[in-house]
Amino acid sequence: MSNSSFLLSGATLPDGSTADIAIADGFVVGVGDGLDSVDAIVIDAAGLQALPGLVDLHTHLREPGYEDSETVLTGTRAAAAGGFTTVFAMANTSPVADTAGLVEQELALGEASGYATVQPIGAVTTGLAGERLAELGAMASSRARVRLFSDDGFCVSDPLLMRRALEYVKAFDGAIAQHAQEPRLTVGAQMNEGEVSTRLGLAGWPAVAEEAIIARDVLLTEHVGSRLHVCHVSTAGSVEIIRWAKARGIAVTAEVTPHHLLLTDDLAESYDARFKVNPPLRSAEDVAAVREGLADGTIDIVATDHAPHPDQHKDCAWPEAANGMVGLESALSVVHSAMVETGLLDWADVARVLSSAPARIGRLDGVGAPITVGSRADVVLYDTTASRTFDVDDLAGKSANSPYVGRQLPGRVVATFHRGVPTVLDGALRPHDEVLAGQRAVVGRG
Amino acid sequence: MRHLLSTRDLSRDAAIHILDVAEDMADTQTREVRKLPTLRGKTVVNLFFEDSTRTRISFEAAAKRLSADVINFSAKGSSVSKGESLKDTAQTLEEMGADAVVIRHGASGAPHTLAASGWIDAGIVNAGDGTHEHPTQALLDAFTIRRCLHGSASRGRALDGVTVAIVGDILHSRVARSNVWLLSALGARTVFVGPPTLVPNHLEGWPAEVSFDLDATLATGPDVVMMLRIQSERMNDAFFPNPREYSRRWGLDDERLARLGPDTIVMHPGPMNRGLEISSRAADSPRSTVREQVANGVSARMAVLYLLLSGERED
Repeated sequence: MSNSSFLLSGATLPDGSTADIAIADGFVVGVGDGLDSVDAIVIDAAGLQALPGLVDLHTHLREPGYEDSETVLTGTRAAAAGGFTTVFAMANTSPVADTAGLVEQELALGEASGYATVQPIGAVTTGLAGERLAELGAMASSRARVRLFSDDGFCVSDPLLMRRALEYVKAFDGAIAQHAQEPRLTVGAQMNEGEVSTRLGLAGWPAVAEEAIIARDVLLTEHVGSRLHVCHVSTAGSVEIIRWAKARGIAVTAEVTPHHLLLTDDLAESYDARFKVNPPLRSAEDVAAVREGLADGTIDIVATDHAPHPDQHKDCAWPEAANGMVGLESALSVVHSAMVETGLLDWADVARVLSSAPARIGRLDGVGAPITVGSRADVVLYDTTASRTFDVDDLAGKSANSPYVGRQLPGRVVATFHRGVPTVLDGALRPHDEVLAGQRAVVGRG
Repeated sequence: MRHLLSTRDLSRDAAIHILDVAEDMADTQTREVRKLPTLRGKTVVNLFFEDSTRTRISFEAAAKRLSADVINFSAKGSSVSKGESLKDTAQTLEEMGADAVVIRHGASGAPHTLAASGWIDAGIVNAGDGTHEHPTQALLDAFTIRRCLHGSASRGRALDGVTVAIVGDILHSRVARSNVWLLSALGARTVFVGPPTLVPNHLEGWPAEVSFDLDATLATGPDVVMMLRIQSERMNDAFFPNPREYSRRWGLDDERLARLGPDTIVMHPGPMNRGLEISSRAADSPRSTVREQVANGVSARMAVLYLLLSGERED
């Protein structure tokens, strides 16, 4: 497939209209009816929903250091399978991405993959230790052009350090992405604190441990005039605080994960550690509140918090299991189920919360653009009419810790184009050599 | 019975049946030869990831009196201390032909994980998992209460109308959790009593009342006062100011002992902190069932092993 021209015929655009989409040399070169298909590979997109390539602001790619869980290559394959063309790679690798050299290494690994654009996130503190600031400026000025910094997995709980970090990143329009978890209130926490945790004898993770940090951080952000992003909002109270902060004009953005939009804490009753995640699955009231927050714009985006773990870290007693679930491959279907089928979002909204808004928060120019002439050709074709029992075979990464295996989910990614190169066609991943050759051809011409 | 993981799964009839079988077992223990041939050829593994000499020897005595072969597997000094996973341990026991595994584990849900995993086919008995449940403790407690109330006429009876005050660290207590479900199934009423820091905040739908005032609860004349052990690790984590204050407000001291109604019994699952949650006089008083509880523990565990390992197995 050396040809780099494609015509996606009769696709449904996010606004509901129907058009052909012409792609050449990595860019969208035409959107309209009856486009010329000479020299192009024609893909019948009739009845398929076209969306701008999805952008995940919160992905754990695990490389370097935890290659038994995931590598940049396998993680970006999972991304492509789920319709993602850009992923922001969290900093909690080993070594931690806390220097210019390490974020540039991550960037290079992404370029060597080709399945998706990898934008590194830098650590806020050296080694995620929460003691002193990492070299934020060096990471910002590096080839990786880091704008988003996060100690995700750990909360920047020291209020003075958080204040300094928020202030410091103003120098380069950066933002701090906070994992909001008061550590003292969550010592040994295993799941949402509530009736279910009481019954199961699992130490509770109370909503207030998230809300107290978010409340503090929006006030700090206002005080120093900086920019805050709140990772994986999971409680009704957090939504209220962020709504209040936005109404006050504070520069805060927030994400919710697909699993917090769909799953509830009673799933822990099985003691099946696939449902163990941090922040934990919450109550049905919390799920309703984060859905409403996403629908009314209080929560800006959906981000997967894709967190692969090898079998042995999940195949054990709940308290001994690792936190986290994979989510790239299932995210669009989960958002479809939780937000579109419920009438809370339309497909234009989905394009916003899963593509343009995360790119904007991460200050990644040229990514997350609408499907218009001149945009980078990151495009997904999604069959909204499909329905499937989600299966281990639907996972394209290295790990199988998906909470959706065995669950009925709507929709199916039919094709993904990353910079004009198909990474998925007919619902199947394209071979790596072919994807890489395509990317080289595009870069060569561009 | 395929497994015994939680008392929450037990219906009233099932619970009465287990207690009745325990009565049969208790009867055999008064004979000159106490050993029954019932489980000859069966292998029971005591898989103890946490130290608990009392519970382990109780299960061991129960299994041996039913003529089962008993293998004691303690995590300390074993392959587990070298990092072996629960999965590998279970698969090892499966290959060695374990018919029942009695598991004590510090992680809540470990017995569930074992039973649901497919790693092992044996019947699983939860002998205490983290802060979740300790079902055989609840069975022996219910057995003890029933015998105190009904003596030799206990068979077939439940605990309707009985009020049980469970006092102490409810939040971390697997004994309290197993008791509340079983007592409810048997028609008894449970009152949780303790400092607000040690009584769970979220008890929506639970068949339990909550009291922060031991004296007020004792004044209502409960039939049973069950004192729970205060673990030493609670002392230094701001659950209460210090042991003296705990003891003054929530301990069963001599003065409170004297105020109990004539038929109220005092229970404790052991091991006791004499002078903290229970005074020595209360522990040794004629109202105290602490020693009967130990004896009844063997009968209750014999009943559970018997029901698990003899007769038809429902999968």
